[in-house]
This record gives sequence, structure tokens and C-alpha cells, in this order.
Amino acid sequence: MKFLCVFKKELRLYFGSFIAYSLATAFLLLTGYFFYTDMVFYDLFGDFMDITASLWSYYFLDLRFITMLILPLLTMRLFAEEKKLGTIELLWTYPLKDPHIVLGKFLACLLVFVLMVLCTLLYPLLLASVLTFTWGPPLAGYLGILLLGATFIACGAFISSLTENQVVCAMSTYGLLVFFWFLTWNEEAVGPQLIGTVGRFSLFDRFEGFSKGVINSKDVVFFVLTTFFFLYLTLQSLESRKWRGIR
Amino acid sequence: MSMIEVENVTKRFGPILAVDRISFHVARGEVVGFLGPNGAGKTTTMRILACFFPPTSGQVKVGQYDVGTHALQVKQLVGYFPERVSVYPDLPVRSFLDFVAEAKDVPRAERKREVGRVIESCGLTTVSDRIIGHLSKGYRQRVGIAQALIHKPQVLILDEPTIGLDPEQVVEIRKLIRDLGTERTVILSTHILSEVSSVCDRVIVINQGRILTSESLIELRAQLRRARQVRVEVEGPAQQVCSALERLPGVDGVRSQTSNGTVTCVVEHKEGDIRKQISSEILAHGWGLLEVRSLEPTLEDIYLQLIRDAETQS
Repeated sequence: MKFLCVFKKELRLYFGSFIAYSLATAFLLLTGYFFYTDMVFYDLFGDFMDITASLWSYYFLDLRFITMLILPLLTMRLFAEEKKLGTIELLWTYPLKDPHIVLGKFLACLLVFVLMVLCTLLYPLLLASVLTFTWGPPLAGYLGILLLGATFIACGAFISSLTENQVVCAMSTYGLLVFFWFLTWNEEAVGPQLIGTVGRFSLFDRFEGFSKGVINSKDVVFFVLTTFFFLYLTLQSLESRKWRGIR
Repeated sequence: MSMIEVENVTKRFGPILAVDRISFHVARGEVVGFLGPNGAGKTTTMRILACFFPPTSGQVKVGQYDVGTHALQVKQLVGYFPERVSVYPDLPVRSFLDFVAEAKDVPRAERKREVGRVIESCGLTTVSDRIIGHLSKGYRQRVGIAQALIHKPQVLILDEPTIGLDPEQVVEIRKLIRDLGTERTVILSTHILSEVSSVCDRVIVINQGRILTSESLIELRAQLRRARQVRVEVEGPAQQVCSALERLPGVDGVRSQTSNGTVTCVVEHKEGDIRKQISSEILAHGWGLLEVRSLEPTLEDIYLQLIRDAETQS
């Protein structure tokens, strides 16, 4: 339970400064606008189709995009800031183990993200007041967003552990995430042999099922494993101080 | 019993040899000053003691625990104040110290009391609810010391604790360190020599990663008193005073300076104390004796001598 003190400190830092509030504002403005435009689209053309195909799938694909825009800004400070301020020197000389530090930071960031996403539940709730629909597909979409977000946060945490410059960190995280997206951007360019393999590693392709209301256990396992993989890399990056020359 | 045992420790950063086979012991309750020019290896040694990183080779034990294999136990014993005062600028003083207390395993029931104790002993009472980033450098420094003290560590490692403070604050921090040193083992690094002589029992002089000396200040002074000097201030004729002093047995040389009818002589002499002979000689001539004082080598002299010796050897 030792990670709890790091977890609490991170939350105090997120909510003690403007980072969490300003990012949450941007997130809610963007998601709200996308939901509105998707609703207008559904209102105009959705009569012939079911709500999952013509509203939820668009909405969650948009949410995925905004998550990618916002999360690197939330994760960039995780380790880079501590390195810049020198506070990492304190953490490393307190009786904490590196896994406590990584876990505490990851969970704090995840909680901030979960709170942001919970706020967006308002949109389907509003819709439910004027229209009856089954809640299964949107809830599957939300589960997908949370899993995707956790993976993004782990990616961001890893990159943050490599540098002390937050701008470099945010840009590199965008680079990595966009790369995962564009892996299968043009199927013709990748070629039919490779697309099967590459597609399995594309975080964004993995999400498509959730946006259509399908929870595939393979996809869940993939996201969980990828998250752990990046957290493991983060841990290795922190522990490298023991053999690398850090001045 | 030794609280800190450092045996043959080397630390390399790639091609740079930061610390080169150093060994020293520090006893329980001792206050030791780490002295050396910039880049001498002071911070590296302290970081090894604080378990920031392990040494490349050699053995370091704090309170019988090895820093490599029992880092958590060592971290419980050590309070570390890093050279770069690092605190979270966005947190208020009290919540930062709450976090530190929790991270250092201070039991929940005692946490509030302990935080209150360090806030009081570091003089932070008036600013305890303010954001650290808004405090002056002196207060931030105190927050840094407070975080090191919070779990009542048996060993305190302070890396340049008074740098960048105004003179009044320096005096306060030194007093705090002296008070702490009565019950704890303290290692502090500095390149301010007067700090060492006012606070420490012993000094470890380190240069280019090697220990030049590790002795008590008294021994060090005695050892380096190669040419003994006595300063004499006399009211009398300059020429005659000097020649009278030169004739005394055991005197190697006399330098003198005259101003307003008084003559000030620095008498260099061999073994023993010749102040008595000097004063009776002056009085026998009927001159006015204003002052006789043996000149102690200052820490500055000792330090510069050691660094010079090391450079000529290498």
C-alpha cells in the first residue's frame, strides 16, 4: 500500500495546479462539441439505421481522437517535472521502491482521466431523457476508452521517464501514439501480408470493436498487457540510474 | 561504534572517475564536514550514502546495513538534504511534509505531531500553509531541512545546507545543525571553511575524488603547525625590539611593521612555546608590551596547504 502516498501527492499536484482543470475543460468542450455534431448527423440521417452504427460508433471514434490529444499533456509531467525540479532525488532517497512510485503516479493520472470521462456520461444521460436506447453499446465504448486511456497513460509515463523536458515528452508521446494510429492508416501501403500482423498492434484498430459495442476479450487482454508492458519499461528506465551515469 | 563505514568506494560515470577508492568511518553522534572544491566528489559520495545510486565498487554500510542490499533500511536511517533544494513548488508546506512523513513510514497516529514538530524546529510556523513556490529561498531551504528531519533519522546528510542564504539565516541554520549534532550523526558538505570550524568535530578533505585528510580539527591544526608563529605588539624603538627578539634562543626569523610608535613583529620559531621568553625580554628592556599571541593556522591555511600538496604530488 506504499504507493498510496505517491498517489495522493500526485492528485494534490494535479488539482493544486491548473493542469487537471484546464485539460478537463478542453476535454469536455471538445467531446461535447463532437457529441453535438454526431447527434445532428444522427438526427438527419439516422432514421434508417440503428443507433449503435450511426451514433455511438462515431461518438467513440471521436472520443478516441480527443483522448489522444489530451492525455500526453496530462502524462508529460509525471517524471519529467520531477527530474527538472530535482524532486526525483527526494523520491529516490525516501524508503519507497520504484514500483511504488510508478504505480502511484500511473493510478493518479488514470483517476484524473476517469473523472474526465465520467463527466462525459452526461451526454448519453441527456439523450436518454428524450430517447430510449439500450445502454450496452455505449457502456462497451466507455470501457474501451478507459482501457485505451490506461494504455496511453502508460506510454506517456514511459516517455516522461526518459526526459526532463516536458515539451519534448509531450511531442514524443504524440509521435508514438500517432504512429500506432497510422500503422494501419493505408492498408494498401502496408500490403496484405503485413496488415494482419501490424493490425494486431495498432491501438486504434483494437478500439474499433468497442466503439461498435463489442467487448472482445482478446482486445481487453491486449490493452491490459500493453499497459503493463509500458509500465514495466518505465520501471526499467527509472532503475537504469543504478548502472547508468546520472550526474 | 561506527555509524557509517565506507570501504574502498569508487564511482564512475562512464569515463569520468568521480570518486576514487575512498574509505572513511563516521562514529555515532559525530558531526563531520565534507570539504573540497567544486567537482571534488562530495555530492557523489553523499548520494551514495543516501542510496540515490550504488557505488561502482566498494562497500558502504550505514548502521550495519549495506546500501546495495538493504537500501530500504538505510533510507529509514538517513535524512538527506540534496544540494539542489528540491521541493514541489505547487504544494503548501504542510501538505508537502505530510507526504514526506507518509513516504518515510511515520505511523499515521504520529504524523500530525511529527509534521508539527519539524515545522516548529525549522522555524516554518508562520508559513506552514503557504505554497512552497511562493516562499523565499531561505524558507525553501528550511523546508528542505524539515523534510530531511521528519522521520527522526539517526544520520543526517546535508549537501551544502547554507548556500545562498543571507548571513542571519546562515547563523540560524548552523545553530540548528549544531543542535541536531548532539544526538545524531551529521555529515555536511560545504566549501565555506568557517562553517566547518564552527559546526564540525572532524573534517574530511576531498579533492579530485580522493580523500586528502580525515582528522579532527585540533589534530589537523597541530599537525600543520610547521612553522610556529607568535605575534608581538610592542611600544618601543622598532630596530632594537627586532634585534632583541632575533637574539632569543629558538627564533628563526622576525618580520616587523611600524605604525604610530608601536611595532608589530611576527616571530617564527621552532618547537615549544616561547611567549614567556618574549614577554620577559620585552619587559626587561622597559618597553611597553601590548600583545603576545601565538598564531593558529586557520582552516584556510590548512585547506590550501592540503590542496597544494596534493597537486604537487600528482
